[in-house]
Amino acid sequence: MTLSGAISIKSATKVYDPDGARVLALDNCSMEIGPGEFSVVVGPSGCGKTTLLNAIAGFHALTGGEIFLDGQLLSSQEKPARPGADRIVVFQNGALFPWLTILENITFGPLAQKKLDPAAAKARALELLETMGLAGIALDYPGQVSSGMRRRAEIARAMINSPKVLLLDEPFRALDALTKTVAHQFLLEVYDRTRPTVFFITHDLDEAIFLASKVYIMTTRPATVKLVLDINLPRPRDFRLLASRDYQRLREKCREAVRTEALKAFSAGEREM
Amino acid sequence: MKINFKKLTKSKTLKRGLFSVALFFILWELSAKFKVPVIGAVPAPTEVLACLRREFFDAYYWYSWGTSLMRITTGFIIAQLLGVPLGLLLGFSQKTRQTIFPLIEIMRPVPPLAWVPVSVVFWPSAEMSMIFVTFLGAFFTVVLNIVEGIDAIDVRFLRAASSLGARRKDIFWHVMLPASLPSVLVGMTVGMGITWCVVVAAEMIATNTGLGYLTWRGYVAGEFPLIVVGMLSIGLAGYLSSGIIRRIGRRFTPWLTGQ
Repeated sequence: MTLSGAISIKSATKVYDPDGARVLALDNCSMEIGPGEFSVVVGPSGCGKTTLLNAIAGFHALTGGEIFLDGQLLSSQEKPARPGADRIVVFQNGALFPWLTILENITFGPLAQKKLDPAAAKARALELLETMGLAGIALDYPGQVSSGMRRRAEIARAMINSPKVLLLDEPFRALDALTKTVAHQFLLEVYDRTRPTVFFITHDLDEAIFLASKVYIMTTRPATVKLVLDINLPRPRDFRLLASRDYQRLREKCREAVRTEALKAFSAGEREM
Repeated sequence: MKINFKKLTKSKTLKRGLFSVALFFILWELSAKFKVPVIGAVPAPTEVLACLRREFFDAYYWYSWGTSLMRITTGFIIAQLLGVPLGLLLGFSQKTRQTIFPLIEIMRPVPPLAWVPVSVVFWPSAEMSMIFVTFLGAFFTVVLNIVEGIDAIDVRFLRAASSLGARRKDIFWHVMLPASLPSVLVGMTVGMGITWCVVVAAEMIATNTGLGYLTWRGYVAGEFPLIVVGMLSIGLAGYLSSGIIRRIGRRFTPWLTGQ
C-alpha cells in the first residue's frame, strides 16, 4: 500500500472581516500530517478548527500561509484551493442529498466527475455498500434510515472516490453514545482498508484517542497547535482499548491540555464560528 | 391485529369529521326553517340540493365549469412556463436578481384583482384579460417561492456536491433544482388557490360565462339557491385542482413521503 495525502500546513492564518471587525480565527497555525495518518483535531468551540478544514477542502481562502498536499501547493492567499474529489468532506449534520436514494448518493461522485458510466458506477456502489454492510438500504431515501446509517452511507459516498484525504467535521456529534461506538468501529474498518489521510474534528476526547494516530490539541481562538499527542495504540482497535492503562494515561494528558484552553475560551465568552 | 387497530382509528377519525359536517348542515337547515336572523336568509340545504339536482342536468352548468377550468388551466400553465424558469434564474444568478427583482417587488404587491379594469382595457378580448389576471395570480407566487426555496438550500449540500467533484452546471441540475422542488410545489399549490379567487371575481365583473358568473347570475336573478350551488361548485373545483397539483407533486418528490 503506497500512501499519499500528506498535508503540510505552514503558518495558516485566517482573518474574518465581517463589517470591518477583524476576527482572527487562525494564527500562524502549522501542522505536518503524514500520508495515511489519522489525525484528530481537538479544541474548544469556535477555536477555528472548521476554518482550517474549510481551507483544506477549498471552501474558502486563507488570508496568510500555505497548505501543501503531497508537496504540491494546495492553498494560499493568492491561489485558494478548489473543492475536489481528492479531499472529500463529511459534514457535521450530514449532507446526504435527501432527494437521492442512498445508492444514487453514492454514485453521485463518480458520475459528476465522469469517472464511471452509470452502469459501472451502480455496480461499484453496490459492491461498496455490500462490503460496508449497507446493502439493505441501497434503495431507501436518507430520510427513511437511521442517523447512524446515514453517517455510514455518507462515509461510503466519500470513499467510492478513493480520496487521498477524508475531512470529517464532527461527523458523529449528533449520534447517541451507543450508535457512536458502532460508527467508530465502522470508520476504523474503512480507514484500515485503504488508509486515506484523515482529518477529523471533534470535541470528544474519548473519540479522539480511540480513533487517532495523532491528536492535535488547539488553543482557543486564534487557533494554533498547543500540543501534539502521538497515540501509539495498536491497530486494529476495539472498544476493550478504552479500559487499558495506556489509554487512560493519554486521556488524562489530553484532558488537562484541553481544559486549560476551554477555560480560557469560556472566560473570553467565545461563541461558535 | 395491527391492521384492525389502524382501521378502527381511521374510521373514528372519519366519524369525528363527519360529525362536524353533519352538525353544520343540520344547524343550517334548522336556522333556515325557523328564520333565524341573518343566517335564516340563506336558502336551506334542501332547497340548495333541489337546485343542484336541476343544475346537474343543465348543460349550461357544466359549460360554466368548463369555461372556468379552461381559464384557470391556461393562466396557470402560462404562469408556470414563465415563472419557473424566471424563479430559477433569479435564484441562481445574483446579477439577474439584482436587475429584475426590484421590478417584481414593485409589481407584486398590487393584488391581481386590481389588474382587472386595466387588463380589460388593454387585452383585445374579455377572455384574454381573464386569463391574464389568472396568470398574474399564480405567477408571482411561483417566482417568489422558487427564489425562497433556492435561498433556503443548505450550503452543506452545495459544498458536498462541489467536494464530490460536481461543476456549476451539475450543481444547478442535480442539487439546486431538486432541493428547491418542494417549495416550487408549495408555490404551485398556493398559486392554484389564488388563481381560483381571481378568476371567480373576474368572471363576476368582466364576462357572462364561468362559475363566478353563474353565482353572480343567481344573485342578479334573485335565485338564491343558485348562489350557494355556485359557491359550493367553486369550492369543490378549487379543492380538486389543488388536489391534482399535490398528487403530481408527490410523484415528483418521492423522498418526502414515508419519512
